[in-house]
Parts: sequence; C-alpha cells; structure tokens
Amino acid sequence: MKNTITIAWKETRTYFASPMAYIIMAVYAALAAYYFVTSISGALPEATIRGYIIPSTFIFTLLSPIITMRLLAEEQKLGTLELLMTAPVRDFEIVMGKFLAAMASLLSILVPTVYLVIMLTWFATPDIGPILSGYLGLVLFGMATLSVGLLASSLSGNQIVAAVLAMGILLILTVLDLASTYAGGIFEVLVLQLSITTHLESFARGVIDTHDIVYYAIFTTFMLFLTVRSLESRRWR
Amino acid sequence: MQENTDIPMIEVEDLTKYYGEYPAIENISFTVNRGEILGFLGPNAAGKTTTMRILTGFMPPTSGTARIAGYDVVDQSLEVRRHIGYLPETVPLYTEMGVIDYLDFMGRIRGMGKEWRQRRISEVIDICRLGDYRTSLIGKLSKGFRQRVGIAQAILHEPEVLIMDEPTIGIDPIQVVETRNLIKGFGGEHTVILSTHILPEVSMVCQRVIIIHEGQVVAVDRPDNLSERLRGTERLEVDIRGPSADVMTALRDLPGVQDVTRADRDDVGVYRIETTGSEDLREAISNLVLQRGWGLLRLQPIQMSLEEIFLRLTEPDSDRE
Repeated sequence: MKNTITIAWKETRTYFASPMAYIIMAVYAALAAYYFVTSISGALPEATIRGYIIPSTFIFTLLSPIITMRLLAEEQKLGTLELLMTAPVRDFEIVMGKFLAAMASLLSILVPTVYLVIMLTWFATPDIGPILSGYLGLVLFGMATLSVGLLASSLSGNQIVAAVLAMGILLILTVLDLASTYAGGIFEVLVLQLSITTHLESFARGVIDTHDIVYYAIFTTFMLFLTVRSLESRRWR
Repeated sequence: MQENTDIPMIEVEDLTKYYGEYPAIENISFTVNRGEILGFLGPNAAGKTTTMRILTGFMPPTSGTARIAGYDVVDQSLEVRRHIGYLPETVPLYTEMGVIDYLDFMGRIRGMGKEWRQRRISEVIDICRLGDYRTSLIGKLSKGFRQRVGIAQAILHEPEVLIMDEPTIGIDPIQVVETRNLIKGFGGEHTVILSTHILPEVSMVCQRVIIIHEGQVVAVDRPDNLSERLRGTERLEVDIRGPSADVMTALRDLPGVQDVTRADRDDVGVYRIETTGSEDLREAISNLVLQRGWGLLRLQPIQMSLEEIFLRLTEPDSDRE
C-alpha cells in the first residue's frame, strides 16, 4: 500500500509538471463547455448537465489513452522498469500506483467543469441528484477507460503505439452499442451490455444502478489484472 | 541479520537460461563470500547480464538455483530484492526528476524510513560526489554524473549485495578511475559482483574473477593467478629502422621467439613478435638492436584480446583446476 502511494505520488507530480496536464484539462473544459451550451440553447432547455456527460464518452476514449500512455511504456523505454521490478515492490503495487495517478489526472480534468454546474445553479434550479450521479458515472467510465489505457501502455515500449492501441480498443467498445442492433436476439442484449457507453446512460439520467457500478468495477479490475499479468510476463520471457 | 557469516552471500548452482531455443547461460555455478568483490569477465553476449538479471530477480532461470543471503531468487524474490542494490548496464533513470527527488523515491520504494532515508541520501551524495547537482534534473546531467546517480541509488539502502553491470562503460577515463576506486571501497562491507569486458579492470578491483564465454564458466580464479596462467603468451610490437631481412633473421634467432611477422610503416619496419617462454624479451631485443647499430623506435607489449584469452583458457592442454 505504501509503495502504491509512493509510486502514485511520484507519477502525479511528474504529470502535473508537464504541459500535457494543462493541455488535456483545457481541451476537455472547452469541449464540455461547447456541448453544455448547445444542450441548453434549444427551444425548451432542461437544466441538466447531460449535455456534456454523454459526449464525454467519446472525449474520454481520446483523452484517457493520452493520460496513460507514458505510465508504463516510458518505464520500458528508459529501462527504469528493470530497477522498479528489482526493488522490493510487488507488480500489482506498481500497477495500482500508476492507476491511482491516472485517476488523479482524470479527476483534475473534471475540476474545471464544476464551473458549468455553478453557472447552471446560478441561472436555473437544476435537480442536484442527476448532476452528482452524472459525475459518478463519468468517474466510473473514466476508470474503465484508464484501465484499458494502462493495459495498452504495459504492452508496448512506445507511447504512441500504446495510445493508439488503447484508443482502438476503446472505440470498438464504444461502438458495440450501435453494433448490437445488428446482432439480434440474445446477442443484441449481450453485446449491448458489453459496451462501455451503455452503462453511462442511466447515470446521466440520474439513476444509480448497482449493476452499472458492478459492470465498471469488474471491467476495471479485469483490465488491471491483465496489466499485472502483462508486467509479470516480462519476468518470464 | 540472522544469516550465518559462514554461509556464502551468493550461491549459484547449475544456472541455465534459455531464450527460446538459444541458451544464454548453461550450468553456471559459483559462490561469493561475504565482503568479496567478484569480477564477471566476458565478451559481449557471454551471459553476464542474463546472470545478473536472474540474481536480481528480474527474470527467473530456466533451471538451476541461485540464493542471495540465503534467500532463493525465485521463491523469495521480495526478500532477495531487499538485500540487493542493482546498477543495470544502461543506468536507467527518470530523466525528468531531480537527483534528490529521485534518490528519495528509490529510498521510499525500498521501504526506508524517513530518517534513514535522509541520512543516507546526504551520505551517498558525498560518496558519489554529487553535492553540486542535488537539485539538477537527471536528464540534464552528463553520462558520468548519471553513472554516479546510478551508483548512489544502488548503495542507498546499504544493501548487503551490490550487483553492477558494466559500471565503467561509456564514461571518461578519469571517472573510470574514480568509479573503480569507489567500487573497491565497497568491498568488505558489501558483497559485490561486477561485470566487465576489460581484463585489467578485474585485476585492479576484484579479489576473484569468473570468466564466462558463450554462456559457460571458463575459469574461476584470483586475478594474479590468472595473469600467471596467461603469461608466456606475450606479444611484442617493435619498430626497428634497419635492413629488414637482417632484422628478421636476427629476431628469429633470439631464444624465446616463436614467430616474427613484418609490416612496413613508412620507412620503418614494424615487427610483431610472438614469444613462447615466460621470460621478458624486451631487454634482449633492445640489446640486439643496439649491437647491430639499428634504430629502435618503439617497443611495446601487446595485450591479448579477450577472445584470445578465452581460446587460451579453453585449450585442452592449459592447466585448469
């Protein structure tokens, strides 16, 4: 646990020392603001933040891999992984440390959007429940995307390869809900349930369904498990 | 520490590692006693790095066992990793971190408490003479200073065993001497394994040397015994101004000369002399040249290349114990 925090702290410091942190933050803030403004500019606007919760799925599939791409790929490229793996640290502690750092980065990009919530409460009286559940959904969805990014980063010593791989996996998982209509029958339900975007929708509507939480928890755990395995496999090559 | 001082610090038994079909090391066995500095000598791709990576728990062997401070490198990997300090060949460092920050991080992940960490960081900064670079970004340091940071992190947690892969490669000659002296100073307190492909380095730093070639142990010995064994294989290169035919015959007639080959450089004859005996022929040659009234321009013993040493040591008639 101590090792996990040590690694997470180091990664977080490195992340916020790089311009990448602020570029990603600015990009997300701008996109969220754009989707928010369009959603409340209709004829009968609703005082909700759904406007930027749903499009965030697509934004996160692009931003999460950029957050995670260096975490393990760079260690492999620099060779520092060899020192890390010969220190008295367990492989899962390394992975968890990196994952926590990625979570901190993700939470940081959500912070500026609180401004949009403040604006909304200033000019209207929104229902606070869906706002909170929307953010919870975003955090859970973000966790899932980061875990895919971390897995991709463990598979390559090249950051670009890691990022593109993660984006590819995430895009496929995102379009599964569209693909499900073509599957038909039982497969339609199955494919729909596998899609990482499907489970965000109820959160955006203000519904916290345990089975969505469980889905994201299992998905993330499984991806992190694969990441640990992928690190371990370096010892056996 | 609970370990008995009588048991060797490092015990390696029949260590074998295959990369696919290709054996990187085969049946390597050796032991290193507490406080000893062991040199691991071999050309590139001899299996030095593979052996070290197994000892540090970075990769497991295909077969065989290795124990460090009594702990098995596979079954008790975490314990082993607590007892070792490791400097990989490429000296991997986080380039975006400052020296102190980096050392602090390495101390933390090795479970060092705050006081111990702070005390040791200032100590290793003194030992490795990094005082002027405490807050410098590692990425901005020169190769030699990065090497020092690498050594600093390896000794930070006062490990009983230090494993250093080619610690003097790629740094300038003055720093090489400094680094060697540094490592020499680690003996006694730490048990050190260092790998190198430079023969004189081993005799300067190590008490015992293991020569490995193509994944197998060729010789284990003290460096002075080794040089003894390798004596009588000296070669000399001599530049002599004089009638070449005469010089050739005169040199060939000297007792102890096995063969002479000649290459001309400008108007000077360059003679390469292979000697058979163990006696030093340099005086005999200079006397000869003086008597004949030729000009002696250069007289230089030529060191054997590592490859030649291995050939020599693997010759069936050499006196291997």
